[in-house]
Amino acid sequence: MNNITKNHIKDKLFSATGIFSTLIGLILLAVFIGDIIVEGAGRINWDFITGLPSRKAEKAGIYTAMIGTVWVLVLTTIISFPIGVSAGIYLEEYAKKGRLSRLLEVNISNLAGVPSIIYGLLGLEIFVRILGFGNSLLAGSMTLSLLILPIIIVATRESIKAVPQSIRDASFAMGATKWQTIQYQVLPASFGGILTGIILALSRAVGEAAPLIVVGALAYVPFVPSSPMSEFSVLPIQIFNWISRPQHEFLVNAAAAIIILLIITFIMNGIAMYLRSRWQKKIKW
Amino acid sequence: MLNMETEEIIMENEVRLTKKTENLVTGNTGINTEYEIIARNLNVFYGEFQALKDVNMNILPYTVTAFIGPSGCGKSTFLRVFNRMNDYIDGFRIEGEVFVSGTEIYSNRIKLEELRRKVGMVFQKPNPFPKTIFENVAYGLRIQGVKDKHFILERVERSLKQVVLWDEVKDNLHKNALALSGGQQQRLCIARTLAVEPEVILMDEPTSALDPISTGKIEELIFELKNEYTIVIVTHNMQQAARISDHTAFFYLGELIEQGHTKDIYTNPKNKRTENYITGRFG
Repeated sequence: MNNITKNHIKDKLFSATGIFSTLIGLILLAVFIGDIIVEGAGRINWDFITGLPSRKAEKAGIYTAMIGTVWVLVLTTIISFPIGVSAGIYLEEYAKKGRLSRLLEVNISNLAGVPSIIYGLLGLEIFVRILGFGNSLLAGSMTLSLLILPIIIVATRESIKAVPQSIRDASFAMGATKWQTIQYQVLPASFGGILTGIILALSRAVGEAAPLIVVGALAYVPFVPSSPMSEFSVLPIQIFNWISRPQHEFLVNAAAAIIILLIITFIMNGIAMYLRSRWQKKIKW
Repeated sequence: MLNMETEEIIMENEVRLTKKTENLVTGNTGINTEYEIIARNLNVFYGEFQALKDVNMNILPYTVTAFIGPSGCGKSTFLRVFNRMNDYIDGFRIEGEVFVSGTEIYSNRIKLEELRRKVGMVFQKPNPFPKTIFENVAYGLRIQGVKDKHFILERVERSLKQVVLWDEVKDNLHKNALALSGGQQQRLCIARTLAVEPEVILMDEPTSALDPISTGKIEELIFELKNEYTIVIVTHNMQQAARISDHTAFFYLGELIEQGHTKDIYTNPKNKRTENYITGRFG
């Protein structure tokens, strides 16, 4: 066997390994989703979606948990959007580029990698105990906001960075102040990217159970939350609760709830992808 | 070296120029207000690097002044001194005095926003905002807080007519400006500057990214505009400087080597380096 044939075999071998590695993740995901659908799809009906939780598996529904998830999503958006975007704008447009801003930058990137349960502990201490919000929607949403703020800040900065300097120069040269330039030029041009980042961050928050369990979200909530101070449950916690029951019927319920949660996440990611592509089409420098 | 036609144009300019300056009066501010722009003993540094060395210049109103010189000679830096666009560069430091229509622009009392309404700028690469044609021209008025729709409409139309773009875009005012051709975009950028009625227009190689036909249009435009505005232009194009400017200043390595009437600089340069540069022997 000469060298050329040997190299050809190596080439083929590597490409086969590559395909295999790529497929592992996809196959596992497909198997998981398939399994869940087989298990839970039959359980999904209108009663399941609008039903209150119950000790009897066949009567139990996800209504309170789903509405709790919607509440958490809305509150988390309201809290994290203005803070995250402002912080991103400040770091990118106002902060002097020096050692301090570099330190801040590195730390914010690091924060994005901190395990979510740590945020849960922080939220428990600060929001639940010190600020006295109790096991409320507000405390839970604030905790999730902490969790996703680094993601929003990084996304905001990246989108702002993509706006060419020539646009800022043009605006300044017209006599605009820094804030006018940001308000009329930088933000409109980068808003698609910022929005995409926020939706992706929120779709991560939607799936979180650990930090909410720590701040005291309930597994069994027989009522729909009526205010930000209400006690609450969310879908991941409902799923977690059902899976830990011994009866098989609850496992079916969990699978059905996972399908609903997956649909919500996919829809959010879909919207993010749509916005990104629309934004890229709209603005070509 | 210089063709007859260009020489004629330069002569014409000079006649008109003397007429204009005769009408100007000297104020009592201690500054000679005959000049639109005055720079005295100007030194500019970027960190350790000295970009401009002891530059003195007076620029008359309603004239076109061209800055020429090889890349890195400081001509763009000098241009950006007049609307303080260098302020954003790290390590920028300036010594000396700069007056625009009698006001010291590096004084603490000066508001950058006001200065830039008086001193507009057109950049090398056309840089319209990613907005509609209308909004591009209206931007300067909007940021000044002008709300009167009728006034804005009128001003947008007038500015677009001044740059001879109105007929081309009047049916598409709400189309994205980025859809225009490069030459149209650059004329739009000039219209955007005119809309706030500046006194001075700075142009930083405004035609270097354009084709010859668009370049010609911009040059004609500059010729028209100097009836109402003082224009300072940086150019790499020797012929362009000769065609459109009344005064020319030659910069080399941060020094202002020679300045004067364009005709004199081109026909009878006093400095050897100026002559070499103009005749294309270096640069």
